[in-house]
Amino acid sequence: MTIAEIVFYLLAALAIIGGLGVVTMPNVVHAALFLILSLLAVAGFYILLSSEFLALVQVLIYAGAVATIILFGLMLTRGGRDMPAVPVSAQWPLALVSAGTLMVVLLTAVLDSEWPRDAGEVTLVSVNTLGGALFRDWLLPFEVASVVLLVALIGAVVISRPEEGEA
Amino acid sequence: METAAEQIPLESFLFVAAVLFSLGVYGVLSRRNAVQIIMSVELMLNAVAVNFVAFATYTDGELFRGLIFAIFVIIIAAAEVGLALGIILRVFRNRATANVDEVDQLKW
Repeated sequence: MTIAEIVFYLLAALAIIGGLGVVTMPNVVHAALFLILSLLAVAGFYILLSSEFLALVQVLIYAGAVATIILFGLMLTRGGRDMPAVPVSAQWPLALVSAGTLMVVLLTAVLDSEWPRDAGEVTLVSVNTLGGALFRDWLLPFEVASVVLLVALIGAVVISRPEEGEA
Repeated sequence: METAAEQIPLESFLFVAAVLFSLGVYGVLSRRNAVQIIMSVELMLNAVAVNFVAFATYTDGELFRGLIFAIFVIIIAAAEVGLALGIILRVFRNRATANVDEVDQLKW
């Protein structure tokens, strides 16, 4: 086993443990912390795949900003304290069956398909190339994404603001 | 020297991503707390991004479209989580609950 493989299996274990924690923890705050674990493990995958820029974005935006927003949301909705006695809805056996079926289908598809194995085909993309492509070939989607972010931001502020006469 | 990606087959990444995605599906369908549902959605989006990056690295040659897609997935996820939590806050303020099965006015 090479070092890369050991690191991969470690990261895979962390990501899946994190994912399991997110969907099984009765305490929502614990679930959020498991989510951070899973997101950081995915950042490790990006480093293994030689996409350092994406790993950085993942740590900054996901593990940093998104996780913080979620924890704030939990705090403002008292997610940690007034926990429902039953954290799962009545349909959880059905959910388990459908998610399990989906997993079996996906894993069968992954294992049965022919994937390129040629080691020479791995491409490494430098941050320079990626930035060039993003601001030349993908400029329009990039600008649209920035407008989407702006609209979402303003929308979130407008939605969560108290209305007139509301405490 | 071999890069790390050359020593790990593409399937390994797809395998982990499939497991993460299924866990997210289970979370979305079974949890009651709206914030926990958002977390499960994030898990699914992450699995998809891993797939994109893995395919970009192993199969896309010089085009690396998958990396660009993964960046957009992260952007959309950030927008989605901000907006969704705004809505959850509003629901919480109006209904004093963050559990999705207690917000059932539209259910007949």
